[in-house]
Amino acid sequence: MSDTQTALKQTPLHATHLGHKARMVPFGGWDMPVEYSGITDEHMAVRTRAGLFDVSHMGEIEIAGADALAAVQKISSNDAARLAIGQIHYSALTTPAGTFVDDLLVYRLADDHFLLVVNASNIEKDYAWIRGQVAEFADAPAVNTSNRYALLALQGPAALEVLQTLTSVPLAEMKYYWFATGEVAGVRVTISRTGYTGEDGFEVFVPPAQAAHVWQAMLRAGEAANVIPAGLGARDTLRLEASMRLFGNDMDETTTVLEAGLGWIVGWKKDAFNGAEVLRAQKAAGADRTLVGLEMVDRAIARHGYPVMIDGEALGTVTSGTQTPFLKKAIGMAYVPAAMAEPDRQIHVDVRGRLAAARIVPMPFYKRPRS
Amino acid sequence: MYPADLKYTKDHEWIRTTGDTADVGITDYAQQQLGDVVFVELPQVGRVLAQGEVFGTIESVKAVSELFSPVAGEVVAINDALTSAPEQVNSDPHGSWIIRVRPSSPGDLAALLDAAAYTQQVG
Repeated sequence: MSDTQTALKQTPLHATHLGHKARMVPFGGWDMPVEYSGITDEHMAVRTRAGLFDVSHMGEIEIAGADALAAVQKISSNDAARLAIGQIHYSALTTPAGTFVDDLLVYRLADDHFLLVVNASNIEKDYAWIRGQVAEFADAPAVNTSNRYALLALQGPAALEVLQTLTSVPLAEMKYYWFATGEVAGVRVTISRTGYTGEDGFEVFVPPAQAAHVWQAMLRAGEAANVIPAGLGARDTLRLEASMRLFGNDMDETTTVLEAGLGWIVGWKKDAFNGAEVLRAQKAAGADRTLVGLEMVDRAIARHGYPVMIDGEALGTVTSGTQTPFLKKAIGMAYVPAAMAEPDRQIHVDVRGRLAAARIVPMPFYKRPRS
Repeated sequence: MYPADLKYTKDHEWIRTTGDTADVGITDYAQQQLGDVVFVELPQVGRVLAQGEVFGTIESVKAVSELFSPVAGEVVAINDALTSAPEQVNSDPHGSWIIRVRPSSPGDLAALLDAAAYTQQVG
């Protein structure tokens, strides 16, 4: 027990979280705050005001050089040639089988310079994978720059107003999935209009030594709007309500990008990339299974790994599930045979030996109102 | 913090004896560990439990936890209010009973922790 705990990595905000009396848990090799005031409270704050997350555990890998675009095009499913400088997209780091090494965000910093944001638990795996994959290019070195950045996410309808008080970057003009550099609370940062909550919001890359200063400045600026710190627990319920996939739960190295319902992050028009042939064949023939949304009918909560019963047979598996604080429903995602994936189909979830009725529903479960 | 009229288990249930029946719930420590409780699965009235037997489950947003009976006995009532308002377990853990049992072995109670011993365990 103590051995594992001493091996856990800490973000530059670790002491700050302890100061907030956060409940800390091991997550992906890191000692992270799972909740401060409570998952429900933090979830509702993000939906109605704003919440501040420390996501410094996320990894950053940069590829720069004359062959950087070619390298990114090979390893990532989406079409990076379509990214303007200053633009971001969601993508998959694919295996030759069209499955996920990881999911990631791709930032185009310059014509020949990309920043990849990857999952905390996969940093070493992804970095080793990428280095192997880009070795064939003469000038596309990959560097793990995770230690250079702390990452703060301010998420919720009040995020823009609160963050604008700390920066001269014109945030209202920033489009969704674009980024800019500038200062926040006097610290040189990169600000992106991205997030993992289904709300409007910003993610701010900060030098680790200034992370606590920027964190405190954001909380002070958000005091009037009652912005509060939010942990990984609320991050999980928020992302699930917004139907955002979680690597390791909803997809992994055994599931293809199409099965995960993410055909929109495949650059069908670009040349060869890892998994292109498998994905093209799967697109033409149709995948055998697909990820669907489900809503519990009986009072029960579906959890990761529970079997899904259709017409009396165990034909699927729940990948994520929770009781959502905002929609106040028990929802989840599951893989089911593609032929049985239509909305409103009645299914059952085997909840620890008890069959609980559920139905397939369209995703996303929650979509924020847009003005 | 932990009322002196209750007995406690190492699994963080409490039991309060009144006459020949006893109420069973989970402790303040347990509800804090669980976080926001969203679901309590209750047993059938009339079910006969062995000491330490699982009689239900309690779920928070983040976790599922089993409930263990502190004593052997028959379930004589369940707290239906928790079906619609499971968050009562968070707001008033020692006032929110989950099941009411009629203990069959008086000796079971003697083996449980008193408030001081339980406080020491979770302290």
